[in-house]
Amino acid sequence: MIEWINAIVQGILLGGLYALFAAGLSLIFGVMRLVNIAHGDLIILAAYLGLSTTILLGVHPFVALLIVMPAMAGIGYILQRGLLNQTLGSDILPPLLVTFGLSVIVQNALLEGYTADPQKLNAGAVETASIAVGGLSLGVLPLLTFGIAIVVIAGLQWIFYSTALGCGFRAVSDNQDIAQLMGLNKAHIYGLAMALALAVTAIAGILLGVRTSFDPAIGGGRLIFGFEAVIIGGLGNIWGTLAGGVILGVAQTIGAKIDPGWQVLAGHIAFLVVLAVRPNGMFPRVEH
Amino acid sequence: MSDPLLKLSGLDAHYGDFQALFGLDMDIAAGEVIAIIGANGAGKTTLMRSISGLLRNEAAQVTFKGQAIGELRADQVAYAGIALVPEGRQLFPSLSVEENLRLGSTVGRPGPWSLDAVYDLFPILKERRSQASTSLSGGQQQMVAIGRALMSNPELILFDEISLGLAPVIIKSIYDALPSIISGGMTALIVEQDITKALAVSSRVYCLQEGRVSLTGRVEDITRDQITAAYFGVDA
Amino acid sequence: MIIAALALIVLAAAPWWAGRADLRLLGEIFLYLSLACLWNLMAGYAGLVSVGQQAFVGFGGYMLFALSIFGGLHPIVAILLAGVLAGLMSVPIAALIFRLKGAYFAIGTWVVAEVFRLTFAQISALGGGSGTSLPVDIVRSLADSRSGREALSYWLALGAAVTVITCVYLFLRSRRGLALTAIRDSEVAANGLGIDIWRTKLEVYVVTSAFTAVIGGLLFLQKLRISPDAAFSVNDWTAFVIFIVVIGGIGTLEGPIIGTILFFLLRETLADFGTIYLMVLGAVAIVVMLKAPKGVWGLVRDRYDLELFPLSYRVNIKPKGD
Repeated sequence: MIEWINAIVQGILLGGLYALFAAGLSLIFGVMRLVNIAHGDLIILAAYLGLSTTILLGVHPFVALLIVMPAMAGIGYILQRGLLNQTLGSDILPPLLVTFGLSVIVQNALLEGYTADPQKLNAGAVETASIAVGGLSLGVLPLLTFGIAIVVIAGLQWIFYSTALGCGFRAVSDNQDIAQLMGLNKAHIYGLAMALALAVTAIAGILLGVRTSFDPAIGGGRLIFGFEAVIIGGLGNIWGTLAGGVILGVAQTIGAKIDPGWQVLAGHIAFLVVLAVRPNGMFPRVEH
Repeated sequence: MSDPLLKLSGLDAHYGDFQALFGLDMDIAAGEVIAIIGANGAGKTTLMRSISGLLRNEAAQVTFKGQAIGELRADQVAYAGIALVPEGRQLFPSLSVEENLRLGSTVGRPGPWSLDAVYDLFPILKERRSQASTSLSGGQQQMVAIGRALMSNPELILFDEISLGLAPVIIKSIYDALPSIISGGMTALIVEQDITKALAVSSRVYCLQEGRVSLTGRVEDITRDQITAAYFGVDA
Repeated sequence: MIIAALALIVLAAAPWWAGRADLRLLGEIFLYLSLACLWNLMAGYAGLVSVGQQAFVGFGGYMLFALSIFGGLHPIVAILLAGVLAGLMSVPIAALIFRLKGAYFAIGTWVVAEVFRLTFAQISALGGGSGTSLPVDIVRSLADSRSGREALSYWLALGAAVTVITCVYLFLRSRRGLALTAIRDSEVAANGLGIDIWRTKLEVYVVTSAFTAVIGGLLFLQKLRISPDAAFSVNDWTAFVIFIVVIGGIGTLEGPIIGTILFFLLRETLADFGTIYLMVLGAVAIVVMLKAPKGVWGLVRDRYDLELFPLSYRVNIKPKGD
């Protein structure tokens, strides 16, 4: 019995990581209706940037965040203004196909630069440390990840609803023409949104890299997890994305408990079930 | 006219292959209140979009305070000192009343209009400041739209069909307030279907017909028949 | 028309004038061409952008193996049956993923493909995660000699390509096809005309999936070996296909043909460079999408006002009489 409870708790904590994958996706879709197919590969890019930073500067991965976050934010801003802004519009093909091409480019660039060998970020003692709660042994890293997810999501909520920048995001998302009349440069606002999203992605990437080994090919899988968390949770609701991540995580850990090879499949099935019975997600604020 | 505030020189406006305005010429002096009338499809809203930067044209076709602004983006035009109260209000549904108003002051130009000043003008908005802007009545939304434009302290304010879809009593109260709204040297262009209301507050009028100026002059000099003819394109 | 017939005769005679490697390459080209035409029908005409067609490619491949090994069916029968089964399966799948729109639909198709991959990797009878090979006796049942088998493989591929192109062409010329073009141009207007958008898209999805599975079967008939990663590879069956269609010209019938030719030209010259080749492909696709969204064929067509397949309608405005 306790093993099942343990599986569920591990799943909840895993959900925190998935929520971090999803937060950036959710933000971008909310502001500019763009789904970035390269999103998962950008998470992996952040992990590799973390790797290089820790190697070059000899610092702890969490310290490397101080460099990787601004770097990814900068990449996001340039990417948006240099490339992705041109794809925005009523046609769904250009953003989809351009971000798909981008995904291929990022993956292969990483392959070229780092080879296909699996890598891992070394965070020292925190990786194996655990706390005893009830009859369970909870890993410090998963707890930390979940806590960070909550902080990040709360932070994004705060930005969106309590700052002028967030006001700008919402205005541009509502009506980009009239937002321009207010003196908002939508190209710049979109750039800032992508910068923010990739800054969150940087956090996700570093935490991923500390938790498990990674290689250039796993980006697609992370995109799918993030996407599943968003859809399960419901569009337009960023706390819902956390719930979606948790549901996905629990489905996966329970599946893994039944058979380790079933972990990812169980998550997919949970996603399809939610899609079947609650097509707008569990806590939607916006219709598809 | 010595150095008009706003000058349109041969303004052509296109939507893709479709041409909506043909070589429009207009001179607006500072402090004037100009009515722009015309039937549906005559090009009035296209004109507003061109001036405000939502529709981009050749640089020299629109000149504001001596600066060619025809090519500028809408946000750049806003910084230059032009504000638009758009057709259909077009408030931001995700923003509250107060957030809509505050957004208007992004441009940050100095002047008499502030959040408090707008609340003095439209007290009902202060009551509803935290409500979602689209939960307000049509008339109240129009007040928000006007307030939002005023918050940028513009030198030129464009009103695009502010009477559209509103009850006559509301229209009257808004137009009664209009002279005090645009006091203090603000220049205003008023696009209207309700000709009587527009002419009552304006000093000059331009009539558009199929993308061209069909009539212009001082309000007191123009007869009803002339307006009818110019409005419908019928030879008087 | 005559040129096409002549070309067809020349191509059909290939087993006699082409070397073994060239024959295999030609077969591969025709199969990719078929996949591209099908993806283009879904994405360019029906607006269903899928990054999960590998689900059906792999399904077709696995059904070939499963039905011939365990069902005792002749491989070609197995492949055709795989198409039917794929068509049937695609209905409940569509019922689920049609709830998603745009890019979310795309990722949804990817999830479905992943479900297929993970499920087949669990089936130990078919080799589980490492896959399996087609047994020798089944291979022999195709034809007595190796050159006979290779010729048969080739003709099947050529036949598939011709069938797909013909079917797509006829479909687009039919009323249904016109409905599709109407939907592509404006869903709202199409709805107003009484066109059942959902049903039309479903029909396209089902038919495309069925054909794609058949092509998948033919692909793995050529390869003689299957594994989950190869069968459901995003790179091989989706990325390359998408690049072919985008660079060739999406939403036109000629586009996939041009795209396939260009793709294989590029591959034969650049493929040694592996990852760089893929990066170049991705970059070219991005540039084409941004600068020339109608692809190479779009550029050619606009410049020379050409059309290989008569599919468009010209509106003649007669001047008013005096």
